[in-house]
Parts: sequence; structure tokens; C-alpha cells
Amino acid sequence: MYPPLPNPTVTPSAPKLSDKNLMRRSASTVPQGESMQQVAKLIDTSKCIGCKACQTACLEWNNLREEVGVNAGSYTNPHDLTTASWTLMRFTEWVNPETQDLEWLIRKDGCMHCADPGCLKACPSPGAIVQYTNGIVDFVKDNCIGCGYCVKGCPFNIPRISKAEGKAYKCSLCSDRVAVGQGPACAKACPTQAIVFGPKEDMKKHAEGRIKDLKSRGYKNAGLYDPPGVGGTHVMYVLHHADKPQIYAGLPNNPVISPLVEVWKGAVKYAGLAAIGAVAALGFLHHAVSGPNRVSREDEEAAKRLAEGKS
Amino acid sequence: MADSEVAPGDGIHPGDPVKVDRYTAGARINHWITAASLVLLAISGLALFHPSLFFLTALFGGGSWTRVIHPWLGVILFFGFFGLFLRFWKLNLWKREDGTWMAKIRDVIAGHDENLPELGKYNAGQKMVFWSMSALILVLITSGIVIWDQYFGPYFTVTQKRVAVLVHAGAAVAAICVWIVHVYAAIWVRGTISAMTRGQVTGGWAWRHHRKWLRDLVTRH
Amino acid sequence: MTNSWTDIKNTDLVVIMGGNAAEAHPCGFKWVTEAKANRGAKLIVVDPRYTRSASVADLYAPIRQGTDIAFLLGVINYCIKNDKVQWEYVKAFTSAPYVVKAGFKYEDGLFDGYDETKRDYNRSNWDLEIGPDGNLVVDETLQNPRCVWNMMKAHVAEYTPEMVSRICGTPKDKFLKVCEMIAATSAKDKVMTSMYALGWTQHSKGSQNIRGMAMLQLLLGNIGVRGGGMNALRGHSNIQGLTDIGLMSNLIPGYMTIPTEREATFDTYMSTRGFKPLRPGQMSFFQNYKKFFVSFQKAMWASAATAENNWAYDYLPKLDVPAYDVLRAFELMHQGKMNGYICQGFNPLMSFPNRKKMTAALSKLKYLITMDPLETETARFWENHGEYNDVDPTKIQTEVIQLPSTCFAEDEGALVNSGRWLQWHWAGATPPGEAKLDSWIMAQIHLRLKALYQKEGGAFAEPITNLHWPYKDPNDPSPEELAKELNGYVIETVTDPNDPTKIVLEKGKQVVGFGVLRDDGKTACGNWIYAGSFNEAGNNMARRDNSDVDDTGAFSKWAFSWPANRRILYNRASADVNGKAWDPSRKLIEWDGTKWAGYDVPDIAPGAKPDVVGPFIMNPEGTARFFTRGLMRDGPFPVHYEPFESPVANAVAPKVRGNPAARVFRGDMEQFGDAKEFPYAATSYRLTEHFHFWTKHVQPNAVVQPEFFVEISEQLAQEKGVKSGGWVRVWSKRGSIKAKAVVTKRIVPLICDGKPIHIVGIPLHWGFTGAAKKGFGPNSLTPYVGDANIETPEYKAFLVDIESISGPVA
Repeated sequence: MYPPLPNPTVTPSAPKLSDKNLMRRSASTVPQGESMQQVAKLIDTSKCIGCKACQTACLEWNNLREEVGVNAGSYTNPHDLTTASWTLMRFTEWVNPETQDLEWLIRKDGCMHCADPGCLKACPSPGAIVQYTNGIVDFVKDNCIGCGYCVKGCPFNIPRISKAEGKAYKCSLCSDRVAVGQGPACAKACPTQAIVFGPKEDMKKHAEGRIKDLKSRGYKNAGLYDPPGVGGTHVMYVLHHADKPQIYAGLPNNPVISPLVEVWKGAVKYAGLAAIGAVAALGFLHHAVSGPNRVSREDEEAAKRLAEGKS
Repeated sequence: MADSEVAPGDGIHPGDPVKVDRYTAGARINHWITAASLVLLAISGLALFHPSLFFLTALFGGGSWTRVIHPWLGVILFFGFFGLFLRFWKLNLWKREDGTWMAKIRDVIAGHDENLPELGKYNAGQKMVFWSMSALILVLITSGIVIWDQYFGPYFTVTQKRVAVLVHAGAAVAAICVWIVHVYAAIWVRGTISAMTRGQVTGGWAWRHHRKWLRDLVTRH
Repeated sequence: MTNSWTDIKNTDLVVIMGGNAAEAHPCGFKWVTEAKANRGAKLIVVDPRYTRSASVADLYAPIRQGTDIAFLLGVINYCIKNDKVQWEYVKAFTSAPYVVKAGFKYEDGLFDGYDETKRDYNRSNWDLEIGPDGNLVVDETLQNPRCVWNMMKAHVAEYTPEMVSRICGTPKDKFLKVCEMIAATSAKDKVMTSMYALGWTQHSKGSQNIRGMAMLQLLLGNIGVRGGGMNALRGHSNIQGLTDIGLMSNLIPGYMTIPTEREATFDTYMSTRGFKPLRPGQMSFFQNYKKFFVSFQKAMWASAATAENNWAYDYLPKLDVPAYDVLRAFELMHQGKMNGYICQGFNPLMSFPNRKKMTAALSKLKYLITMDPLETETARFWENHGEYNDVDPTKIQTEVIQLPSTCFAEDEGALVNSGRWLQWHWAGATPPGEAKLDSWIMAQIHLRLKALYQKEGGAFAEPITNLHWPYKDPNDPSPEELAKELNGYVIETVTDPNDPTKIVLEKGKQVVGFGVLRDDGKTACGNWIYAGSFNEAGNNMARRDNSDVDDTGAFSKWAFSWPANRRILYNRASADVNGKAWDPSRKLIEWDGTKWAGYDVPDIAPGAKPDVVGPFIMNPEGTARFFTRGLMRDGPFPVHYEPFESPVANAVAPKVRGNPAARVFRGDMEQFGDAKEFPYAATSYRLTEHFHFWTKHVQPNAVVQPEFFVEISEQLAQEKGVKSGGWVRVWSKRGSIKAKAVVTKRIVPLICDGKPIHIVGIPLHWGFTGAAKKGFGPNSLTPYVGDANIETPEYKAFLVDIESISGPVA
């Protein structure tokens, strides 16, 4: 058992996560914040029983009110992440071609808290998305303008935009709880420790033990999902079939920030302004060199003659 | 006259100087609506395009309002420009003398209009502004709809939207550049702006820059 | 549970069969994940459906619902045939060597003494031979063909792997793999735990399902040891407490029984209890029965219970039938013989079988009182909710009185978990509105009844007027007062007979444990098994010390585990005949030459010599029973009986329909369907997102599982043209429901007797009140029949037909 975090003291203390701990801030620069221990949430799909306690804990802790939907032929309810459902158990019935045995793959979907967050990269609004030095990527509602660029930036299809509010929502890794020394609500609620939370290095070590256990049970491709394409993530999975993440309800095999977004938020951003500036500068330069193109007295005379039918 | 350079509403008023009606009131209102929306679009778009320009959102009541207003401005621009297009497309068709004009681009830049062929209502530069704007606005409205999540979010995939934001940004940069050329040309070529303010230019201006148009006008009278 | 939740972490093999622990007991299931993660334990799941438990199992084997006995007897047969038996354990600690009485026999699915008209057996031959010395006849060599071992061996011989596969539909290779893994735990240092729940109990032969596994566990030497045991997973957080307290028509607290009308006098009553030992030197625990019984009577009636009036024995009701179980109660209601009903904390309209009958029965009542924190369907049975409750309120004259009561988080007290732990909890919230504690409501009813009896008199008023009611505020007995009463206290000071100055029990003190209870009226105890829970050391249920010496999983200082804070029952059996642990790494208690000591409270007298006193002291034999003598109505050995509604005939006894000893009321037999008309085998179950009918009232739970559905295989969906997410109608001989269809790979047709059997899975949780979408429950379809011994209704196996329909008109 990974030792659960002790309950925090009830005496008020300064929050551990503040502007002093920022590593990145969308559409703006910040001085390198005070460094903190890298944290991570480890989701062990092989221990997960799909009970959805994490989902309800998330709804309750974050005071979210999701609609009561309908059954659409699956246990995945709601049917997708929404502005109120920041995490979702996704159920996949997969027949292992090697054994012909059915495997019911259950994956808790939600923000992966990338080390290189595509949402933050895409965000045009200063301070709407922040990354703390402990790895948490958080949306700051007050600064969010609801443009949906984060949706385009995210390699995992996580943020959802509220039409009513015009704000983006996603898992905050319970930054408010982490700020006072607690783990995320989902991890607290998980009955089987399929979700554990702690320093990222510890999580990796814990995962190693789990992978060893899985390999001993015949899952030869068991492994940790900590995709390097986004610089690693602060939400990691232990997968029985780490060679095929996509079987887990479309978990990307090798997620990267889309090159389209990279170009958009990289080259185009600078080249665009440069081009505009260049064209404007050329205008100034031209005017300075050539001077205005004036209509001369002769031109007017010629026109007059023409108008009067004299030429 | 099949290939007359004269548009409805163009006219000539003898005098000193000669006054030439270049744009009707309708055309001018159409133009300025289009122009205003384009400028506002450029500002609001740039505000969301580059962090250093985000402060411009203040002009629109903040980031959220900027995000809300921008696409609607786009709709105005689209229909505004569509009006201009209907008015102007015919006289912007490419003519043989446009090639000659292009070949003498050095003279154009140097302001040696005397070395250039006689031109109709629009020169090749103006035509290129016209056609590139037409194309860019089409691209902008199309890509803009793909990323207008408020109403069209569910109809497009994330990949389509990513292509769209990129295309939208590129097209917008191009459109702004074209716009700069357009505005600069109007400033550089003195006497031009009155065409869109009062609807008139002087005969000399027409003689110097659009002699064929002037001739056609005279012939018509 | 013989063991506890936390003890499951000590196991090598978890078998989940007759339950779905991950789904229905996710919090307790953490101990399975612990065993897997830390010990490399394996998990086997045997279930008609590939469940959430199966999703984390090492091996899943499908089984047709209602065929568990065939499967289990098949495993026993495998173990015997392959000599996978913990022989030392079996020989010393079980009834294997005892000789069965002549005349007992089994043939064609029936034991001797069957009376078809009564649907009952004359069980006089179902017993063991007793020698002239009053002790059992024993054959230590196991050579006697009539010794229990050989009788059992012969009994299970027909359950070959082929027969098991034919009956259960389990592929033979999967069955053999299960056998192999289970059989491996016959080693002294390997242990298996059995986790089961309603998947075994809710059958017409539920008790025998459990017997089957208990026998297997004994054969493997897995009872009484760390990581072993028979572990019943209780559904509600306090359903263990319900049975402990004796909230059954035939029980009084501590599993003592209500007298029957044949036991008119106290002496007759006691003559069949307080068993004499049947082995030389053996101790028989229930020789203490009278102490517990008298102390209970004193707790109930105090000074009105005297030696002269046989401790108010006459105050106890005398049963004219085996029990007034829920099926009988509603049958009586349906017949118009029961016309008032107090329904405290349950929802029969949705919970009991044959909903049509439920509605009809409730409609015949003069009054119905419900006590519940929630707006139950039962309280609203008279209200029209369209097709979800299609009744005509103008035709129902029942007066319904709803008494809103508190929810668990709004009151203080102890909940007893599956592992027999009494865990005290404190109120976390104030009851809303007019909600009152159940104890307050009960006190009001009692005091008013008492006043009426005192004023107006009545037939036999004494049990009510004399009821001991010592609470500080008679209107509102406090949880602590009640808990102290259950623990027991000393009424009269007792001194040492040899030294009158030495006080053994001081008047007014709480009793330290059940060991000091007396049958002379000097002690009172509401529930002997809870003695020690609230003694002079304080409220032991409120203990919160989670230290665990040597990580045994006992957590002995956490709360209180009945009896006597014992964490593992029969723990004497964890050591061999000489008192040494079978597996030193799983030491529990050992004999140190003079006494038993170790990590747990010994389940034997501390000084009982290991080679003299057998470990199973609750039985007068001192050993565990492969052969239950006459104690079960449907046979001393389990037999495979098909459910009353089965898609196939019984392969081992083709002429027998259902459990021959199960009670069937007049008119209900005609309401059983057959496979021609209803070809599909249905089963009902719960889902992890919901707790029974409570959480559909809770918004987040309603969100994560919003709407009633049924589950079918892809093959059946194709045959019936059903689309996943589309609507279906499912009907049995007793009713019809509409539901969304979940088409799944997790259910596959099983090949039984050569033909494919399609399974229809029907979860319960929906109704017409609450936050979730309105829906039906499986009880609209299920048959009105229960287990032969304890009448738990057969919810797990019945027949239906299914068709695709267009959605209901909104």
C-alpha cells in the first residue's frame, strides 16, 4: 500500500501554491518561481475497478453539477468529459488477440498535466493557464476568455468550454487541496489505491513495483505511461498493455502538441508580426525615398482639356 | 460599350479643376463599413494572436468580449466585402495593359506614371489588392467558422480546427499586409483618399493614374 | 465473515463466486488488491457475467446462474480424485471419520424421507451413529464405506469436469484451471479465501451454495487460518448488525432462536439447546445457552423476569410456522390476513419478488407505516407514475403514514461490518426537517402502546407494560444507553463462593465479556455476542488505534469485533493437532504447553489441550461438518438443483424441479414460467455506482449511472435485432419491463447440455422516485420462491423473453 497522505492540520497556514511558484503563465512571462517537489498522480488501470468513486468525488469536491443523462449502451457516463465532469471512467471491451480472452479496460480520463502543456502554449490570454513548479497545470477562471484555443492545443482532448459561462474547465489536480498538503479528491476516494498521489519520483518507483507484478502475471508489455512527447506528464498510467495505449479508449500512443499548433504558436506568431511590420516599414521607407506621388498642375490641365473636348 | 471602364455612378464635372465622381455614396458607405470591420477585426485578431498585443482587448471590453465580438465582426466584414465585390468585380478583371503595368513596376514604385500605359478605373495593383482580399476573406470566413466554437464547435474535429486556426492566422496576416499596401497606396498617391471620403477625385488625378477611365467618362458624356 | 476484511490481504488465492466484490464492495475489495499487489495473490472470478471483479482477475470462468453447487462439488471431486486434500486437517478437525446412521441415503436427486405433498423431508435418518457411550462412532482410518468421508466422496463423484461443464456451461479447460488453482491451496502454507454475497444466497438453494464452498474450504484446511475463511460480504453497512440483533421473526439477539409453539415450556425449549458434547473431553460452547438466554430475558424484563416465571419465558412469542419471513408476510398480506404493516428502512415494493403481488398486497392493507430517510417507492406505491407505477389511486384504500427518519450520517451508534466489527460512528450532520431517530420513533410507539395497555388493559399486556425501560429520557433512549444494555451489566453483586469478601461481579458494572454471564438472573445482557463492546474499559467500539502488530491484519485495537474481540473465528484451527501453526508465517495462536496465545483472542478455552479439545467448539462434535446431520431442510450434502425457472432440465436429477424442499405458496407454482415460453436465463444484480435504492436520490450517483438498462450478449442482440443503447422489453410470466439495452462482450451465450443458453442481466437500482431517470426493477419479473432454509428470494435465476421495441413515448 502506498502510504496515504496524513490529514492536514486544521490550523490555517499560507497556501503552498501561489504566484510565487509559477513556472509558466499563458501569454506572458513570469520569473522562474520557487522550485517545488514535482508531484504526480499515478493511475493504475490494473487495479482500477471502475467504481467511479473518483468521478463522484470530483463532482462533490469541486462542487460541480452534472446533468443526469441517459444510458447510451455503455457504462461510460456521462458519455464524454464536460465542463462539469473533469474526469470520466472510460470503459472498453477488448478481446486480447493473443489469448482470445476478454479484457475490460477501464481508464480514468482527465487532464494529464503535461510538462509541456499544449493548452498553455495555445492560450492567448495572459494568466488564464498557469503551470506551477510542482507540475500542476491549472486554469485560472478569472483570466479565461473562453476562446477554446486550449482545446486545440491539448493533445489529449481534455478542456471543455462552458457555453453558458464562456470559460474553459478541466481537472485542476485539486490544486486547492495540494496547496494545503492534501492529495486530489479522486485519489482520496479511490478504494483500491488505483489512484495514488505523491512526488513524481516516488510514483515512478511505485509504478515499477506494479509493473513487476503485472509482468509476473503474464502482461509482458506492462509499463508506465509518461509520454516524452509532451515532456512527461504529472498524471501517469500503469497500463497492462503499454505497447498499445490506444486500446484504452483512444489514449494517444505518442502524444505531442500538434505541429499545426506548434507552427501557429511558434513560427507564425513571430513571422506574422514580422511580415506586417515589414510591409508597414517598406511603406514608410518607400515614402521616405520616393516621396508622395502628387498630381501635377499639368495633369489637371490635361484633364481639363480632355473634359472640355480640346484634345 | 462592352469593355467600358466606367461604373454606374461615375461622372465628370467640368471645371477647374475637373471633378470626377469615382464612388457613389452607397459604395462609400459600403467601403467604410467594410473598412471599419476589417480594422476592428485586425485589432481584435491581433490581440488574440500575439500576447504582446493582448492589451488591445481592452478596446473591446476585455478578452471575453473580444472573443465574442471578433467573429461577428467577421460576419460584417464578409457581407460588407461581398457588397464591394458585387460592385467592383467587373472592373477588376485583368486586362492586357495590366501586364504592361506590372512589367513596369519599377516605374510604378518610382512614381513615374508617365511611363505607364493608360489605365482604366483600376490599376493592376488595385486589382491584386481586390482579388487577394476577396480570396483571403473567403478563407478567413471559412476557417473562422470552423473555429467559431460557440455555434459550430460540434461540427468539426479538433484536427480540422487546428488546421483552421493556422490557416486563419496566416490568412489574417496576409490580409493585414494587403490592407497596409492598400492604405499606404492611398496615402502615397495623393488625391486618392477623397475618392472614398467625398466620392470625387480631381481630373488631374484621374488623368495621371486612370487616363483610360477618364477618357471613357468623357466619351460617355 | 469468519475472518475480516483486513485479513483478506493475507491470502494466496481469492475466489469470488456468488458475489461481485469489486462492484458491490469496492472499499473492502481494496484488501484483495493488497493481497495481489503485496503477496502476488491470484484472483479467480466465477460469474455468469464478466464483472468489474473479473476485470481485475487473473482468471475468469463463466458459469450459468444457479449451478454453483455443481461447480463446487465438481471442485471437491477434483480435489479428492487428485489427492489435493489437507489430510491432517480433514482427519482431525472435520466430521470425515464419523459414521453416518444406517438408513440415510441419496438417490435420483432426493434424500430419504421425502414427502412430495409437504415438500419436506423426514430427517430422522440424517444423522451420525452414536455409540453406547454417548459419543460418536468414529473410523479414523476412513475405511468404513459409511463414514462421512466416503459418503461425501461417493456423493460428489458424479460431478466430473464433463458434467460440470454440461450443467454450468463453463468451458472444461477453464473449470480445470480453476480446480488446479484452488487445489493448490490444500498445501499447509497456501490459503484461499472465499468471498461471496447475494450471488449465492438469492437462490432456492442459497444455503447449500455456501455449504458447498465451506466443505471445499474444510477439505483444503482453509478455515480458521489467516487469509482463509468463508467470507460473506454483507450488502448494507449494518446488515450484519441486523442479523446479530436478531431482527428476524425467528431470532432473538445473538442468533438465539424464538421458541416454536411446540416449545410451550422453558424446559422443552432448553432441552434441544445447550448441546452435550459428542466426543470425549470435548467442550460444547452452547452449553452456555441458558446463561445468554436468561441474561437476555433480564435485559428485556428486568425484575419481571424471575426464576419463578422461568425468566418470563412466556413473554416470548411462540412461532406457529418456521418463520414469518418477508415472503410469508406478503403472502399473508396478499391473502388479506395481515392488514397493518410497519416498514422500517426498506423498500419492499422494489425489493421483493413479483412486484404485481407486492402492489396487490400493499393495496389490501388498512395501514402502512414507513420509516425511512428517503421517499421510497413503497411509501408511494399508491401513486400513479405512468407505466412505472401503473396504479389507480382511487382504488387503493390503504392509509399510508410516512415517518421521516435519519440517515446514517445523521445519527450516532455502531455499524457492524461484514467482518463482525462494531464500529462506532458519530453524527456528521443534523437531521433535516422533521426527521427523527428511529430509536426516538420506536420509543414513542412503545410508550403510547404501554400507556394504552395500562389504561385500557388487553390480552397479555405484561410483555409490553413490564418491558424494562431504564433510559434517562424515556422518550429518547441514547445510543450509548442502548449500547451499554446490549453489552450487559451486573444486576446483583456476585461474590466468590470460597471467599465472600472477594467480589466477582459488582452490581451496576458493565460485564467484561460473555464469559461472566450467569443463568441465575444476576446479569443482564441484550446480546451476548456484543458483550465486551461497551464494558468498564469504555466504549470499545469507538477505539481508533490502527496499529497492527507484525502486520497480521488483525488490527485488534481498532473498534470491537464480536465475539470477545476475536478477529478470526475458529482460529484454533490455524494450528495443527499439537497446537503448532500449520504455516509459521501465518501464525495466529499457538499452544505454549499450558495455554493458547498469539495474535488473536483464542476461539477455544485458553487452557483447552490441543489433542483433546476439537477446534470447532460451537458444534458438540468439536469438528466441522461435511455432513450437516438434520440441520438443513434440503439435505446433509448439497445437491445440484436447477432454479425453479431453468432453461434446461436437471442433468443429475431430471425429474426434480427446483429445490424439492423449498417452500412454494399456493398459486405461485403456476406463476413459474418454462423455457419454451421464456427461453432466456435472467439474473439480477447491483452496480457499483449505486447503493440499492438509496443513491438514485443522490445527484452525483444518478449522473454516473443514470438510467435503467439490461445487458445482453452481442449474439442475442443480433438474433433479436437489438441495438446497444436502444430500447427493449423484457417479460416473464409475472410481469414486463422496458429498459435500455447494453449490448456487451461481457456476457456470452453458455453451452449447457449442448445448447446455447443466453443470459439477460438485469440490474436493480431504479424506481419512480429520486434524481435518476425513472425505471423498473428486476422484481417485476422474479419468481415468488425462496431458499429452502432461510427463504431468501430467488432473484438470481429466472426466465424471461426479450424483444426490441421503439422507445417509450416521451
